[in-house]
Amino acid sequence: MHEMAITESVVAAVSERLGPERVRRVVLEIGRLSGVVPDALRFCFEICAKDTTLDGARLEIREIPGRAHCGACGADVELDFPVGLCDCGSPELAIVSGRELRIKEVEVAA
Amino acid sequence: MCATCGCSEAAHAHDPPHDHDHAHGHAHDHDHAHDHSHHGHGHDDRIRRLEQDILAKNDRLAARNRGWLDGRGVTALNLMSAPGSGKTTLLERTIRDLHGEIALFVVEGDQATSRDADRIRAAGCAAVQINTGAGCHLEADGLARGLRELDPPRGALVFVENVGNLVCPALFDLGERARVVVASVTEGEDKPIKYPHMFAACDVLVLNKIDLLPHLSFDVGAFLAHAQRVNPKLRVFAVSAQTGEGLDAWYGWLRELRLEIGAPGAQP
Repeated sequence: MHEMAITESVVAAVSERLGPERVRRVVLEIGRLSGVVPDALRFCFEICAKDTTLDGARLEIREIPGRAHCGACGADVELDFPVGLCDCGSPELAIVSGRELRIKEVEVAA
Repeated sequence: MCATCGCSEAAHAHDPPHDHDHAHGHAHDHDHAHDHSHHGHGHDDRIRRLEQDILAKNDRLAARNRGWLDGRGVTALNLMSAPGSGKTTLLERTIRDLHGEIALFVVEGDQATSRDADRIRAAGCAAVQINTGAGCHLEADGLARGLRELDPPRGALVFVENVGNLVCPALFDLGERARVVVASVTEGEDKPIKYPHMFAACDVLVLNKIDLLPHLSFDVGAFLAHAQRVNPKLRVFAVSAQTGEGLDAWYGWLRELRLEIGAPGAQP
């Protein structure tokens, strides 16, 4: 399960950026085509945050829909999976969003 | 200091969100409209905008590996597959067949044991075993450690045999020159569409164990059509690491790669 490694990266990156400040809330942007499962991140977060400045922090995940541009008909289509077909039948889809794996912001304790 | 733009203020709203692909030290003029409510009104100074890729640290280490490899004229390949597709057998055969022509090195990733590294060494090649424990994939620092230990000379080819897993390794850049997914005809024809992230992330597909085709109902055409659908740019080699069938094309590609980086002794 790579979500454990992803969550460890989140905790390490936030700790590195904020130093000793206590963190209350962490906001992530996770694309639907990123290959990362939000529920698994939530499961791992509490464990990874334990005994760090993120201990007890709330994890907020904003899911970014997958979108692709069809090279054949020019339409923009929504995707839930990194492979798909346009309504016109073409598989020539260039993904334009949905691969995000970002730490958007954090809220620190007052 | 504002964590987003580096100015001396505490955090402030940067709206609308804009992507910065440059270091944001304000050492230059901005000619694009920021439109943010700069400082002091209505912002929450407990919010820190980080706007950072989660895998930034791994990607940084991967970029460092890539720089080191380029500087040395060393080619690294990341081999990934489900467990049991024959990655180690493919490497053993490659080592034996290219012995004396290309300096080969192997970084082995497995959860436990040094069995694969032992097999590679027995085939006549220096290898480092990295045990990931609970980890399901190699990360860039693992390759860095392997390169430090192996110290490959100019012109060498380093194979990274990732942990057998068609899901997790696809996400982690190691700094390799190319990514290779190995599948075998004893697996399902639909593997590429069931594990699209992996097949989409790779440059080359090796279909192994083709010597077994007469005994199976595996439809090579259907498998390749699935792979093509996920990644039209995949270069495909159908081989048997056991009998050697199809391996000349695979070796041809390895030689091409070394030519591209101008490795000494590389021949067309």
